[in-house]
Amino acid sequence: MSEPVIELRNISKTYGANTVLHNVGLQVESGEFLTLLGPSGCGKTTILRLLAGFEKADRGEIYIGGQDMRVLPPEARHVNTVFQSYALFPHLTVFENVAFGPRLKGVRGGALREQVADVLRMVKLEEFAQRKPGQLSGGQQQRVAIARAVINQPRVLLLDEPLSALDYKLRKAMQIELKQLQRRLGITFIFVTHDQEEALSMSDRVAVMNAGRIEQLGTPRQIYETPDNLFVARFVGEINTLQGQVIAVAPPRYDIRLHDRVFNLKSQYAFAVGDPVSVLVRPEDLRIWREHEGSDEERAHLFPAAVEEVVYKGSMVDLIIRLDQGDLLSTTQFFNEDDAAIMNLDFRVGERVFVDWVHDWEVILPHED
Amino acid sequence: MRIREPFKLIAIGALWFWLIAFALLPNLLVAVASVLTRGDNEFVVFTLTLSSYRRLLDPLYLDVLLDSLWLAAATTALCLLLGYPFAYLLTRSPVRWRPLLLLLVIVPFWTSSLVRTYAIMIVLKTQGLLNQTLLGLGLIAEPLELLYTESAVILGMLYTLLPFMILPLYAALEKLDPRLIEAARDLGAGKITIFLRIVIPLTLPGIIAGSLLTFLPGLGMFYVADLLGGAKTLLVGNLIRDQFLSARDWPFGAAASVLLTLLMGLLLWAYYLSARRANRGLP
Repeated sequence: MSEPVIELRNISKTYGANTVLHNVGLQVESGEFLTLLGPSGCGKTTILRLLAGFEKADRGEIYIGGQDMRVLPPEARHVNTVFQSYALFPHLTVFENVAFGPRLKGVRGGALREQVADVLRMVKLEEFAQRKPGQLSGGQQQRVAIARAVINQPRVLLLDEPLSALDYKLRKAMQIELKQLQRRLGITFIFVTHDQEEALSMSDRVAVMNAGRIEQLGTPRQIYETPDNLFVARFVGEINTLQGQVIAVAPPRYDIRLHDRVFNLKSQYAFAVGDPVSVLVRPEDLRIWREHEGSDEERAHLFPAAVEEVVYKGSMVDLIIRLDQGDLLSTTQFFNEDDAAIMNLDFRVGERVFVDWVHDWEVILPHED
Repeated sequence: MRIREPFKLIAIGALWFWLIAFALLPNLLVAVASVLTRGDNEFVVFTLTLSSYRRLLDPLYLDVLLDSLWLAAATTALCLLLGYPFAYLLTRSPVRWRPLLLLLVIVPFWTSSLVRTYAIMIVLKTQGLLNQTLLGLGLIAEPLELLYTESAVILGMLYTLLPFMILPLYAALEKLDPRLIEAARDLGAGKITIFLRIVIPLTLPGIIAGSLLTFLPGLGMFYVADLLGGAKTLLVGNLIRDQFLSARDWPFGAAASVLLTLLMGLLLWAYYLSARRANRGLP
């Protein structure tokens, strides 16, 4: 691996009595699309502001391109930010906004016009150069903010929830555009969001943050399929939790009792007999059996349940079901042309069903209170 | 909606009555007086003439106008120089202190500005507070001639008008989004560039409003020049007052007054145009 373009070592930051970052360490490779994902107040924006230079860490070091950032003010860093509210200069035209950075570097005349025109073409705003930001739509302002940042060819582009103000459709489109832009420019992107779907669909790696700590750092797939702890499992996508107990050990397989049934399941963790565990299953990995489906032998491994809520979503149906033992589970059933039985998804509220899951798709974690 | 109709009618009616009775009519009277003739026994004789305006073209009165413009401009410039940093520091001070600091700016309004001008006299006069202190400290050997100078007039006007500059500047600076300054720093701008290219242009409406609020009253303010300047320089304000009260030449005083009003109206119109241009394109 090459030298990381960004390195945070043991970063701590407090505001008064409030500690927003606890000993955070992070390395980002050059050209990587890294997302900081977490609920509001988890410290993700603080990391961004530390990288941009707007905040100073109480402890720890920050290196960008191998250079110690502690003494470097924002204006001297090879880092640019796309702000959440865009922070476009309202009194300047789109052209002047984008030209702001290059002008400060002494670019003038034809060279300046060419640079600005190139970047505006890239974000498809070449006809809007003479408009003021107030005359643009939200999506267009967003593009100006990106153009104003990337024209400086930063080593790292910091994006602070840049899509949160856009409507759903535009956000989807901008996600793809941003990803394409990042590939084309080869700039390292640090992207902050609280939207897990956005994080999963755009990033090379995701750092899931909570209460000033990085809970897990990994590819979107690792984060979603093998969460390290309950927080990550619950924050990234929806997940069902069943409480169980280990009754027999044969690593990596364990016999785990869930209610009155015993399952032989695999886990990366080492458990001892008697340990309480959480068995996590994604809604789409739960299988619903209707009353007439399955043999008695199969039913021995199924949980009886009742449908509490049916939410039709077009390509799928979400069901909220309650096990007879009391647990409330959420499932997603997809319409499937290959399976005539499941294709018919007209579940009724109160209908009796049976539930299990696609084995080996579950995640077993030590019990947390 | 229907229940509120009578109230609306009364409110608008009262407003119109006020504007007509206390703004339009007096100004109309002044405008009419300016084209009448001075009488020997009455204040005005109903003979239409433009002679008052012709008299205003006399270079003597041009000097009066220029002196007034200069004094008002100098006061405005000083107010801006002092008021801008003050307003800026006000927006940077802790939020819980701001109401108190703003109150301190406004407190002098609670006393008549005439009384406050007399207070300045007490400070500045030869045996005044300032000279006594400086003498006592041994910084000067003999009292300074402070009172009855142009500097004293400017000081007095500055003191009276400074709040009118600070308040609009504070409002403009308060509205300035700190994220814009962060964005400029992020793009590589230093403090001076940020001030010149971001802060000044975005607070320009406040600068213009504050300048008008000090410049326009500064043009007409006569008692400050009388008290602190020893009535040595004749200003437009003094001229108008003298015509009405001492010289008893109402048409001439009215003509000077109309001219001053027109000049102020012109400035306000220019402000309106510039504000409209500045607002265009803002979100």
